[in-house]
Amino acid sequence: MSERLSRDDVSKVALLARLELTDAELDTYTDQLAAIIDHAADVAALDLADVPPTAHPLPIENVLRPDVVAPSLDRDEVLSQAPSVEDRRFRVPAILGEEP
Amino acid sequence: MSNSVLPTTAVEISRAVRAGELSARDVLEVHLSAIDAREGEINAFNLVLADEARAAADAVDRVVAGGGDPGLLAGVPLAVKDNLCTRGIPTTCSSRILEGWRPPYDATVVSRVAAAGAISVGKTNLDEFAMGSSTENSAFGPTRNPRDTSRVPGGSSGGSAAAVAAGFAPISLGSDTGGSIRQPAALCGVVGVKPTYGLVSRYGLIAFASSLDQVGPFSTTVADSALLLEAIAGHDPLDSTSIPDAETGAARSLLSVLDDGVAGLRVGLVTELMGEGIAPDVAARVRQAAEALAAAGAEVGEVSIPALSYGLSAYYLIAPAEASSNLARYDGVRYGMRVDADTTAAMNTATRTAGFGPEVKRRIMLGTYALSAGYYDAYYGKALRVRTLICRDFAAAYQNFDVLLTPTSPTTAFRFGEKTADPLSMYLNDICTIPTNLAGHPAMSLPFGAGADGMPVGVQLMAPALGEATMFRAAAVLEAAAPDLSEALQ
Repeated sequence: MSERLSRDDVSKVALLARLELTDAELDTYTDQLAAIIDHAADVAALDLADVPPTAHPLPIENVLRPDVVAPSLDRDEVLSQAPSVEDRRFRVPAILGEEP
Repeated sequence: MSNSVLPTTAVEISRAVRAGELSARDVLEVHLSAIDAREGEINAFNLVLADEARAAADAVDRVVAGGGDPGLLAGVPLAVKDNLCTRGIPTTCSSRILEGWRPPYDATVVSRVAAAGAISVGKTNLDEFAMGSSTENSAFGPTRNPRDTSRVPGGSSGGSAAAVAAGFAPISLGSDTGGSIRQPAALCGVVGVKPTYGLVSRYGLIAFASSLDQVGPFSTTVADSALLLEAIAGHDPLDSTSIPDAETGAARSLLSVLDDGVAGLRVGLVTELMGEGIAPDVAARVRQAAEALAAAGAEVGEVSIPALSYGLSAYYLIAPAEASSNLARYDGVRYGMRVDADTTAAMNTATRTAGFGPEVKRRIMLGTYALSAGYYDAYYGKALRVRTLICRDFAAAYQNFDVLLTPTSPTTAFRFGEKTADPLSMYLNDICTIPTNLAGHPAMSLPFGAGADGMPVGVQLMAPALGEATMFRAAAVLEAAAPDLSEALQ
């Protein structure tokens, strides 16, 4: 964690997050994200091996409800908001780059 | 309309409407006129719902005429943050990626305020996906602070805060992930409350950071926030993190405790949030608030909460990590914007690249980095352990104190563009508000006089989980003692 966040790191993270950055954006985000990560060095430097993590403020176990059939969202209303629909399903372009 | 002066608070309006002394329609028209007069300048709303509001107000008046009771919020105009789903009504999160989307369901809080007789006047502007502290990150232009339009209203619920401060509605709904209700309330000179995590349903609140997000009220008075919180609080089977009603009774009975006073209440002034980084005029007002509580019979002391100094770093790892996961759903498939491409993967990328603004992209990438292989333990994992430290240090403080007092924001409202070039300087705005989100505790901001620049100063009260009633008792005392907002600190 001693090495600073690099342009390559940001490039890789953008790919993972499905974002495309211009060269200028890559420069800007690298500077800004490195500054934020540097600020977090105080946390990263702490020795907290004996402290358990808290992922959630409430001590919730599994939350269950009776298995009873109830109406769900109206299908046509949901599909009316989709960018593309065919045969009452969401339509997307080719997956994995095969011919449509 | 009668010749008497129209009441301005939700408590007075609902009482008069329920008693048949005032029509909901008359109340609404006054507020729609206020919107007409100043909305062009303020930009509090992404959408004003004048026709729908008139129909809802008339329906409330018919219920009263028929001898019925429309509910706790009868005829009270209310503004709704545009990250709360409203069925059939555009809900944008102030993002291009959701522009034009009409949700197929209502958020639970939206159903509850409607069932209580409130009149929704519109959807309010926010920092895109609630990420920001100034409302400058909205894709639809910034909201301006009604008290000085050269300054920001704070954020992310800047539109909801400005709508109340400008008199567009006596109450509004916002959401608070790291201070997004309290900080704009402070900067606009109104009351804003972040309830205990789980007290108010998150169903239909578009997710930013799910372990931190909470819906809460804005108002001009402490009593109006108590009223609105009573109306929206309570268990919701549609939100698996909502707390069962049997455990939240006291936290939902707020109006009845407002006159209880603070005699014997132990109030802790948090030393970590009174020194470096806090403007001297803001700190002076907080000390003045502490004196007011002491004068009313509270036992005021200082308390150190050491782990708070790590709060900002922990938050800006945890919240973006959760956001990067939550915002993965905007992929151009089921709703919102799509930018077409030959393959689905290319379509996903093109859509997200065009649809998200710079701050949202920054946080998604920050979160993706904090969660990525090789960095997870050092950043996200460490932040979760710091979260435990913060919870422990709060628990220790609450052994000796009933409520804690701090500034809400380190400064009064700043000017447009002042902090946009440096994200970290913007994030530092949240230093006082973030810790309670990490702990899941309730906190609220209320105006306590003005700073040296004449802009409102907000003081923050914090309480342990489900300690809302104690917090509101202290707030009522501070409200009564607060210096006039028109007098700058000398």
